[in-house]
Amino acid sequence: MATHQTESSALADEVPVSAVSARNISKTYGGEVEALRNLSLEFPRGQLTSVLGPSGCGKTTLLKIIAGLLEPTSGEVEVNGKPVTGPGPDRAFVFQDFALLPWANVLRNVSFGLELRGVTKTEREGIAEKYIGNVGLSGFEKSFPHELSGGMRQRVGLARALAVDSQVLLMDEPFSAVDEQTRRKFQEDLLSLVSKENKTFIFVTHSIEEAVYVSDQVAILLPRPSRVHEVLRPKMLRSKGVSDIRRDPEYLDMVDRIWASLRSYVE
Amino acid sequence: MNRALGLKLLSAALVFGAWEIAGRIPVSYGFPTFLESMWALIALMLDGSLFLAYVDTLRPLIIGLIISAFIGIALGLWIGLSSWFDWLVSPIFIVMQAAPLAALIPLLVMVYGIGLTSKVFVVCIMAMPVIVLNTAGAVRNTPTNLKEMGYSFLGSERDIILKVIIPSASPIIFSGLRLGTSAGFIGAILSELKITPTGVGDIITFSRSIADYPSMYAAIFSIILLAVIFLNLLEMIEKTLFEGNVRGYASD
Repeated sequence: MATHQTESSALADEVPVSAVSARNISKTYGGEVEALRNLSLEFPRGQLTSVLGPSGCGKTTLLKIIAGLLEPTSGEVEVNGKPVTGPGPDRAFVFQDFALLPWANVLRNVSFGLELRGVTKTEREGIAEKYIGNVGLSGFEKSFPHELSGGMRQRVGLARALAVDSQVLLMDEPFSAVDEQTRRKFQEDLLSLVSKENKTFIFVTHSIEEAVYVSDQVAILLPRPSRVHEVLRPKMLRSKGVSDIRRDPEYLDMVDRIWASLRSYVE
Repeated sequence: MNRALGLKLLSAALVFGAWEIAGRIPVSYGFPTFLESMWALIALMLDGSLFLAYVDTLRPLIIGLIISAFIGIALGLWIGLSSWFDWLVSPIFIVMQAAPLAALIPLLVMVYGIGLTSKVFVVCIMAMPVIVLNTAGAVRNTPTNLKEMGYSFLGSERDIILKVIIPSASPIIFSGLRLGTSAGFIGAILSELKITPTGVGDIITFSRSIADYPSMYAAIFSIILLAVIFLNLLEMIEKTLFEGNVRGYASD
C-alpha cells in the first residue's frame, strides 16, 4: 500500500483532492431544532479530518448525513464526485457505542458487513480473520461481545469497518467509550492505520487533544446552529514520531488556540 | 450446576413433603396425599388411559399453539414495524388479553360448535395476545444503533428484519412464547372443562364426580409437569438458536 504519508504532509499547504465534500448542508429536526446551518467542508483524500466541537453542535448529525443515514434538509454531500443518496459501499461507519450484534461472535460481527454484501461464508470469514489479526484480536474469533472489554469491542467495530474495504471511514467518537490508556493506544494505532491504508478518515470527537494528535486537518464546529468556525492543518506533526507529538510546540499551541475559540461556547 | 440441581431437588422435596403432610392430616376429605396421587398417576399410566387422554388434549393445544406462534409472531412483527398497523390491530389484542375468556366460551360454542375448532380457538385466544404484544414491543424497541449499523453496511430492509430485528427481539419473543404456551395450557384444560369433557379434562371431571380424588390430582399434576417440560424445551431451543443473547448483552 502507500508510502504516501510523508508526501502528503510535505505538501500540506497545497490544496489536496477532496474525497468527500459537504456543500451547504442544513439540517432541521422536526421543523424546530436546527442542528446544522449552511455547513460546507472538504475532506481531503487519504487524510484524517477531525470534526471537533462542543457537545450538541451537530457533529454526529453531519457524520450521519455523510454516511447516508440521515437526509439533509438542504445541501448535498459528494463522495468521489458522486452525490450521496444513502449508505454506499464507499463508506464504512465505526460507532461510538460499537453497535455489535450481541448474539454473534467476533468472527460473525467482523464479517457482518461482508455478509450483508452477499460475500460467501468462506471468503468473508477469511477476510474477517485477517482484519481480526490486524486489530490484535487473534484468538478471540469465537468470543461474544459481552466477554470482551470496551476497548476490544471497539477493535471489533473497527475491524468490521475495515473488512468491507471502503475508501472512506466514518468514525463517530470511536474512543469516547474506552478508558484513557486504551484510548492513547488507539490513537497511536489510528495514526499508523492512516499512514498504512490509503483511506480517507472522518473522525468526530469532542476531545481537543485527540483531534490535534490524530488529524491532518481539524474542523472546528460552533454550536446551534452549527457551522464551521475554522479549519486548522497541523504542519509538522505528521512527520513526528507518535511519542513526540504531545511535546511538540505546534501541538501545544494548537490545543491552546482551539480551546481559546471554544471556551466561550462551553456552559 | 450441581448446587443448582440440588436446590431444585430440595425445593421439590419440600413441596411434595408439605403436600404429603397436608394430605395425611387431612386438610380436607377431598385432598389426597402426594403418594396416593402418585400411585393413581402410575395406575393411569399403566392402563393407558392417561396417554389416550393426552392424545385428545394435546391435539387442540398443539394446533392452537402452532397457529398462535406463527400468526402471533408475524402479526407482532408487522405491528412493531408499522405504526399504522399498530394503531389498527393492537387494540384487538389488548382487548383479547383483558377479556374474561370463560365468559366468551358460550359464544364460541354457539358459533363453532363443541368440536375441535372451538377448543383450538380457546387456546389461541389465551396464547396469542401475549405473543403478539411481546413481539411487537420487542421489535419496536430494537436498538437504533444496531439498525443504523445494518443500513450503513448496506443491509436491505429484509436483511435488517431477518438479521438484526428478529434476533435482537428474540429474547422477548421467546418470553412471549413461554407465557403464551402456559396460557395455552390453561386454555386447553379450560376448554375441556367448559365445552366438552375430553382428554385430561375428562379424567379430572370424571374422577371428581366419583370422588376418586387421587386420580383427579394425578391428572392435574401430570398436566403441570407437561407444561414445565414444554417450557424447558422452548428455553433449550432459544439457547441453541441465539447463544450470545442468552449469555448477556454487549451493552451490559
